[in-house]
This record gives sequence, structure tokens and C-alpha cells, in this order.
Amino acid sequence: MLLPRIAVIAASFFLLGHTQVQAQNDPMDKSLSAEARGKAVAEEAYRRDRGFGDEEATLTMNLQDARGRERSRQMRFRTLEREHEGDWMIAVFDNPGDVRGTASLTHSKALEPDDQWLFLPATNRVRRIASNNKSTPFMGSEFSFEDLSDQQVEKYTYKYLRQEPCGELSCHVVEQYPAYEHSGYSRQVVWYDTNEYRTHKVEYYDRRERLLKTLTMSDYSQFLDKYWRPMRLEMVNHQTSNRTLLTYSGYQFQVGFSERDFDVNALRSIR
Amino acid sequence: MKRLKSSLLPLLALAAAQSAGAVDIRANLSAEYQHFFSAPERSGQAGDNLSLSFEPEFYYAFANRDSVTFTPFVRWDESDSERSHGDIRKLYWHRVEQNWELRAGIDQVFWGVTESVHLVNIVNQIDLVESPNAEELLGQPMIHFTWIPALGNVELFLLPGFRERTFPGRDGRPGVGLQVDNDNAHYASGAGDKRTDIALRWSATHGIWDIGLAHFSGTSREPRFDPQQFSLNRHGEREYIPLYEVIDQTSIDLQSTTESWLLKLEAITRNGQGDRFSAAASGVEYTFVGIGGTVMDLGVIGEYLYDERPEAVLDDDIAIGLRLALNDFQSTELVAVLLRDRDNGSSSFYVEASRRIGDSFRLELEARGTTHVDRHDPLKTLDGDGFVQLSLGYFF
Repeated sequence: MLLPRIAVIAASFFLLGHTQVQAQNDPMDKSLSAEARGKAVAEEAYRRDRGFGDEEATLTMNLQDARGRERSRQMRFRTLEREHEGDWMIAVFDNPGDVRGTASLTHSKALEPDDQWLFLPATNRVRRIASNNKSTPFMGSEFSFEDLSDQQVEKYTYKYLRQEPCGELSCHVVEQYPAYEHSGYSRQVVWYDTNEYRTHKVEYYDRRERLLKTLTMSDYSQFLDKYWRPMRLEMVNHQTSNRTLLTYSGYQFQVGFSERDFDVNALRSIR
Repeated sequence: MKRLKSSLLPLLALAAAQSAGAVDIRANLSAEYQHFFSAPERSGQAGDNLSLSFEPEFYYAFANRDSVTFTPFVRWDESDSERSHGDIRKLYWHRVEQNWELRAGIDQVFWGVTESVHLVNIVNQIDLVESPNAEELLGQPMIHFTWIPALGNVELFLLPGFRERTFPGRDGRPGVGLQVDNDNAHYASGAGDKRTDIALRWSATHGIWDIGLAHFSGTSREPRFDPQQFSLNRHGEREYIPLYEVIDQTSIDLQSTTESWLLKLEAITRNGQGDRFSAAASGVEYTFVGIGGTVMDLGVIGEYLYDERPEAVLDDDIAIGLRLALNDFQSTELVAVLLRDRDNGSSSFYVEASRRIGDSFRLELEARGTTHVDRHDPLKTLDGDGFVQLSLGYFF
């Protein structure tokens, strides 16, 4: 699925290891087992997103708590697509002021822990940080680090649930179970449209199987005539009534980044 | 000439286009209030202290590859004229290429991994009047070349000009155990503070391991004090004269990062200040994520500190600590560390907590002190300067 590449910060893990895509099942093939068909949907969504090369964008987060208090954060991120391993990402904070200039670098993996570094301008230090923070809230928002990661196929096992209308489109509804350690979820239910395999909604169930959060993705734009990105993502926490709205702008693809733009030296001097 | 111009113009246009938005200015204005637990020892010292600091940063990128950074710093302190000071933290030109980087000017460099001490960090002098935690550094003139081969980084530092450590004045608190003559440092080298020091470092990441090997040859950032070398101030008190010797120091810093565990090691061996000696710090940090069903993270820190020098405060000490992150709207954080001498139980502690207020302010609470100090322990000289500090930073 195409959860945004948000991600940000020391977030997470993208990808993979799948060099060759093995013969992929047809997601429309009703004769498949629920497990195989669920996986086929995820594979199709992932396949359609490959080949973007690199990208950058600006992200605004609006945080609202149950009492209606609001906070806003701004950051920029860059992603480099990697072919035989996880994608690499750098995120830089512009706001609030006390974290301005703070930057994170993530070299993602599918099932292994990601490599993550953090640069703190106040101390001029790059620190390698532990990566068991998948369920930790990102910047006090309702998104946890694992929500903001790119969603590689290998990270979950699947079960196809049903096909049903979603707005004007029709959606595959697939349940997925994290295969990596330290997830905050027992399962997620994902709605993909059958036209473009864009993700429209995700329900997150906590480890006690209670509905924890719902993510709604909308305002999709297409880039390079191929890649769809939602400009608006809203996460509602049903247990706390807090909500977080992410708004993307200034998407640019194939900027020309190289590995060198995603090493610890680059992290130290990024603006 | 004409041809040059016509080929330059698009280049300049390109540079201009790329540098759009390449100016970045930020600043931090901070007010700080300190309260000391014990009555002052000397007449000019106070039980309470107010201080203000200002640190703007100006950044300009000429194109993708070149930039200039300028970070001046000033502090005004109510009690201590030595703490009222200014410094150029950074003023350097930076060039980035595919396989190398070059920084020339004044900059700050930090090496090391452990929480409770910073043994291997040596390029910059410590701005000790800023904080006893040795994390505030003076700007150091340097030419810093980084070569980026396939594995890791190789860095060469040429360090012309020495910066003396800043020590609190007679009226300043917390003190450092003895009064220091800040105006008459002695140098073992005939070049005095004009010596050009060098440092070389190789660092790399391989899987879960991050390793750094370094060698420094030059004027010790850490002075020694000879009990016979002092001047008398106008109160007739002894102010000891810092002696900066030429040393060779080789160091290793190592961290392994797995999902919940950090394993850390810093070790040095130094020659040039009397007998060769070694010192090391090693420990672990384990992080519990989502403690008690909340979204809070709790890290538990344990470190062992060893130093061969008889005068060392942290010669055979255990550090235990907690790092708490609330992961809330205001990014509330707390670090608390207790250091305890294994031999005589003399202990010191620090607590640092902070919380964002609104979008532009951060409130910090810090406390430092000593407890159960043995009267023969070097820590005895620092007893009585425990304090609590509240500071409010405005970031814009």
C-alpha cells in the first residue's frame, strides 16, 4: 500500500530486499486464498509505487487534543528509493523553534531494525539511536513512527476480507498483521481502491484488539503521470479523541539526490 | 573573456536559482535563574544568580556545494564577570563534494557516545563557565578535511591557535574547587597558544556498530594545576595558574545499537602530562517503549567510569540514570544521573528536564549537587555549590 512517504524523521523503515518480484498473483483473482489475495493487493500497490527515484516535500502537522487545543509543526523530508534494500530518508524540522534544524536520517529495512541517526543542532552531534520506537508517537502526534514508514510488502502477513464501495470507487479491504517486532498493533484494516491501488483508509487495532485509530487519506495528486500521493492525511485516535492532520505541499520528484545526500555527513550539514 | 562570460552567465543564473531560500537565520535568547542550596563561601558570591544569553545563527548557501555559517554567542551574568563573555562559536566556509568535504574557519566538533562523561571529545575547548557538564564548547579555529571513501570517514583537523578553558571567577558559582587565574596561563610549548595542533579520526558504521578511532597531538584542552604555581588576587587569595602541556591522545569510541539496547565505550590513553595514563567509560542504555500502557519511553542508563589519575574525580565510579520522554505535545523530557564513587561512596547528581511552551519557548529545569562526599575525595572541593536552575529559551 502507499502510505505516504511521510515519514519523517527518524521514522522508519522502508523496504526491502525483494530483488526480483516473484510471479505476482492477480489481486482480482477470486480463486486465490484470502492470504494470497491479500498479499497480491499489497504487492500491486507497492509495485505501482516503485521507480520514483527520489522525492522531497514539505509537511505541516496540525495536532489537536480532545480539549480542542491546537499545535502546528513544519518539516521537510527527502527520500531516496533504494533497489535492493530499504529506502533512505532525511527529515528536517523547521518548527517549533526549539527543534528547528533537528534532522533525522533513516536507512530502512523490512523486518530488521532500521538504522537511524539524529542530528541535534544545539549540541552539534549526530547520534545513532535505537529503533525500537516503532510505536512511539511522532512529535507528540497521533502518528507513530511505524505509521509514517513506507509500507513494504514483507512487513506484514495478509488476509483479503472483501470488496466494497468506497465513495465513488470500489475498494479491496485487506487485513494485515505486522511481522516485525515492537509494533503497537495487533492488526490493521486497509482500504485500497481497485483502479489505482491508492490507500484511502486504515484502521489500527491495538495489541488488545481494540480499535485505536483511523487514518483517512484524501486529496490525491498524481506525479510524473504515475505516482499518487495523498495531500491530506487525518488520523483520529478513538481512545483519546486526539487528532492529527498532515498536509503536504511542494512535492518534487527526481530531484537528483545521491547516496551522498543521505549519509551522516549530509545529516550534519543539512538545512 | 566574452566566451567566459557567456559560459558563466547560465552558471550564475543556476547558482542564483539554487540559492533561492538559501539564507537561514535563527536565534535563541535565553534567561536563566540559579538558586544555590548552600550559603556562599566568598563575599562576592551570591545565593541567587540571574543570567541572559543570546546566540543567533546566520547561514548562507552560495550554491549547492558552498555555504558560510556564522554563530556568535554572548552571555551576561549578574555575579560573575568571567561568565559574562562572548565567543564566536562558528564562522566557517563549507564545501561539499562527492568524496570529500572541507570546512575552514571556526567550528565545533563533538566526538563520543557516553552520557555521564565525554572523554574522547577533544577538538574544542570546554566553555566551562557555561555549564559544568562540559557540553558547551568554545569555537576552535580549524581546517577540517573529511575524506569519504567507501567505508566510513577519514577526518583531518589542523587546529591553529589554542583556546584556554574558561573558569568561573571569584564571584562565580558553581566553582571548580579552586580559584583559577584566568589571565596567566602557562604553556609547556614555546609556541604558547600559537601552536598548531592536529587531529586525525576515522569513523564508520557497520551493521549495529559505530566506531571511531582518533589521535590528537597538541596542547591539552585540560590544564593541570601545580600547587606551587599561583598568583594572589587583591583579596590575598591564591589563584592557581593553569598549565597547558603538549599531549598525545589516542582514543576509541564505540557504540552498538540494537532494538532496545545501546552499548557504549569511550577510552583514551594520554601521554604528556606526567606519566602516561588511561581512562575509560563504558555502559549500557536500555529503553522501555510505551511504559505502563502510556506513550512514554523510559531509558535506563548504567555506566562505569575509570581514570588512572589519582586526582581524577571520576576515577572508579558508577553512573546510573534515567531518561524519560513523555512524547507529548510539548516534548517533555527528563534525564537524571547519579554518579557514585565505588571506593568511598562520594556521589554527585544532575537532573535536566525540559518542556516546550507554545511554539517558540522552551522551559528547562536543571539541578546539580553532591551528596555523601568523603572528605578525602576530590569531589570535596565541589561540595557546597549544588544548585537548581530554571531557564526559559525563546527560539526565533
